[in-house]
Amino acid sequence: MIEFEVNGKSVSTDSDPETPLLWVIRDELKLKGTKFGCGIAMCGACTVHLDGTAIRSCTAPVSIAAGRSVTTIEGLDSDAGKALQDAWVEEQVPQCGYCQSGQIMQAADLLTSNPSPNDADINAAMNGNLCRCMAYGRIRKAIKTAANAEEV
Amino acid sequence: MGIQQRKVVVSRRTFLASSASAGLVMGFGTLLPGCSREEAASDIAADGASRIFSPAVWFEIDAGGNVLINIAKAEMGQHVGTALARIIADELGADWSSVRIKHVDSDPKWGYMVTGGSWSVFTSFAMLSQAGAAGRTVLIDAGAKLLGVDAADCTAEAGQVKAGDQQVSFADIVAKGDISRTFNDEEMAAMPIKPAAARRLIGKDVDALDIPEKSQGAAVYGLDTELPGMVYAHPLIPPTRYGSKIDAVDDSDAKGIPGYLQTLTINDPSDLIQGWAVVVASSFPAAMKSAAAVNVEWSAGPASEVSTADLFAEGASLVADSASGVLAVDVGDVAAARESAASMHTATYRTGSVLHFTLEPQNALVEWIDGVCHIHAGNQWQSLILPYLAAALEVPETNIVLHQYYLGGGFGRRLFGDQMIPAALAARELGRPVKLIFQRADDSRFDCSRSPSVCKFDASFDADGALTGIEHAAAAGWPTLTMAPGFMADAVDGNGKFDPFSINGAEHWYTLPNHRVRAINNDLVQRTILPGWLRSVGPGWIAWGVESFMDELAAIAGESPIDYRLAMLDAAGKNAGSTPNSVGGASRLAAVIKDVSDRANWGRLLPEGEAYGFAVATGQERNMPTWIACIAHVKVDAASKAITVKKIWQSIDCGTVVDPNGALAQSEGAALWGVSMALHEGTTIEQGQVSDTNLNTYTPLRMADVPELDIQFMDSTEFPTGLGEPSVIAVAPAIGNAVFAASGIRLRDLPMRL
Repeated sequence: MIEFEVNGKSVSTDSDPETPLLWVIRDELKLKGTKFGCGIAMCGACTVHLDGTAIRSCTAPVSIAAGRSVTTIEGLDSDAGKALQDAWVEEQVPQCGYCQSGQIMQAADLLTSNPSPNDADINAAMNGNLCRCMAYGRIRKAIKTAANAEEV
Repeated sequence: MGIQQRKVVVSRRTFLASSASAGLVMGFGTLLPGCSREEAASDIAADGASRIFSPAVWFEIDAGGNVLINIAKAEMGQHVGTALARIIADELGADWSSVRIKHVDSDPKWGYMVTGGSWSVFTSFAMLSQAGAAGRTVLIDAGAKLLGVDAADCTAEAGQVKAGDQQVSFADIVAKGDISRTFNDEEMAAMPIKPAAARRLIGKDVDALDIPEKSQGAAVYGLDTELPGMVYAHPLIPPTRYGSKIDAVDDSDAKGIPGYLQTLTINDPSDLIQGWAVVVASSFPAAMKSAAAVNVEWSAGPASEVSTADLFAEGASLVADSASGVLAVDVGDVAAARESAASMHTATYRTGSVLHFTLEPQNALVEWIDGVCHIHAGNQWQSLILPYLAAALEVPETNIVLHQYYLGGGFGRRLFGDQMIPAALAARELGRPVKLIFQRADDSRFDCSRSPSVCKFDASFDADGALTGIEHAAAAGWPTLTMAPGFMADAVDGNGKFDPFSINGAEHWYTLPNHRVRAINNDLVQRTILPGWLRSVGPGWIAWGVESFMDELAAIAGESPIDYRLAMLDAAGKNAGSTPNSVGGASRLAAVIKDVSDRANWGRLLPEGEAYGFAVATGQERNMPTWIACIAHVKVDAASKAITVKKIWQSIDCGTVVDPNGALAQSEGAALWGVSMALHEGTTIEQGQVSDTNLNTYTPLRMADVPELDIQFMDSTEFPTGLGEPSVIAVAPAIGNAVFAASGIRLRDLPMRL
């Protein structure tokens, strides 16, 4: 039995400790906003926060969450997170939308450590998140919009 | 259905309006040959008890004034529901805030269902406008009676019918008015459409209806669906697409894995799915683990040793053989021009394989209920896969229902729903719902990747160096030949058929005295892989050759690449265009060329190692031209051989732009697909299969390599053409031409390597 917190609620799983966290989140906890993309931690669609830091849940065994706090897109309620989600609509970012939960989770991690990133900061932080529709320009712009909104 | 979040209650007073969809779409000629009048006619009988105007049902208004618009196109990032709803709502005079959309299932009443080819707005515009106009006509007639005025004095705007200072809402009209009028096909076709100047929604900015839930993690994709009692299935993909046979399955190592249930071999009566097994487990992690533990021995099919080098060699051999292929274009007398030529110039262009790599891997959830097969999966071409499913499942098409969801990327991959077949067969055999999910490498190996291609160009010149003709031979695998043979086109020489989607772009808009295009199927490709329609399809690789070769010819002539092209864009003869789709013909291409060269300041002095390159594109089809001129600003590092794209400009004339911001987003993404396929992504084929199956070696464009984009649309009220793909097309040749201008090196292969 592995016990941890997801979006502020206590949860537990009987799954094999090696089970990727992604599938516990999606199929046991029924939080479907976190996506399965490449399965090798190279697309970023599965990004969640573990104790506030972005991780790739498709390769992280659920055991690493034991006693810790996981945040998914459904529970992203930080100021930066809300600002990002608003900016995603304002800048009309998503196309197919499949990668966007991961993009937003990664961007929220960035804004937490760097509240006013420049283009190079954003590229460095976001380069691991593939957007197959290639809405990259809008993602970058929305991160800046969110950063500016947070300052105000 | 995950897309429709708000349920609109349809009261008895709801009225439904629609259009003579089949007849109107047929009006576009051969574009959608499967769209028969008979298919749509079934709706009349089926809906006899409802208050219906005519065959198909595109929208309804309830007594609360809520407008529910049915979207029969797949949402895969293009915000198509928003665009199509704007078309209806504008004609109807609806209040946009009262409009909701619903993505529908595969009921035959929706007519021919396909989302691809950049066709959605192009093929829907007239019929949805007329559906909206029919609704407006009825509402105005009924509203006028309620107001006690003449209908001729009324207008419909923002959900109200108005006459002078009186008005009545659509809600009240639906609740109290006489809305029983119906229209036949002829009346629908004659329905008065608003002049462009009277439009209130089309061409105006709007927030896409699908974006809020996609920003909250709330959008539901096929992969997100579940059913009670379902089990998970994991594919075991054979070593070749065709002809592989399972000799033995050994699951002894899987039997100790908690959650492992069994391994099923798939026997598809239609023979589309060959040599497959699926591992069944109670969870997907257990399915993944078990799949790795199950040992399958296959006898591989005959293509098991074929590589990209073989496919290119076959293509090169085919284009060199003047007897191969059929003629897709035959203008003047190319042979005579060649015989009398004072000189010739020949070049061969090639493109490698590209994966769709939809970020949502292929999947399908299938449940059989009382002999009816319910399939839950995002899909682009329901009308294509339904007959295949019927053959594989040995049930009538009427016993199969496709439930639509958001698509986590389409790009042409989900035009073919072949992954549904093994899921449906397994679900029937197991007698319970089955959710089949592909891991990434399997998704890539089962992809219908873009075919390798070889194009040879032979130009002839007279003694003065003037161009007298071009012969273009194009060899590739043909998606349409295998998956949709009914869409093959007749050769102009009467010698057979060819895949129009694999040769589009070869019949360009330059006026040449002698021009011949030979379309050649690379049969070795056809027997090795399933070649797929991939975003921009034929023009995506045809124009790589056409527009690069045009640049070569300009250099030979010692002329500016732009002036050289403009001289051939005289909009004469067949290049004059026609009403309504290509009004103005090549003159519109000349106009976007002038616009983009002005905006990019073509000809300006650039630092050493940097240059502009130029190319044009005319969309997906001759009958649906989207006029695009593209300039790429490229830096070539002589030492490292690195090619860096600094900026891309595009000027686009696609006629009327329905949803400007959505259109821009499509063009931005498509232009970056062009960059990615030119420089970043691609896979070889080794041992009969794609060799780069995940992001460790398959490397699409990432944010850090994104160039600056400056994309603008020409003001136009002409008929809207396609937009999802065309911005891909000109990017690669523009980059290649810039590399030549910067370095003197002419690149003729995609992806580019210096």
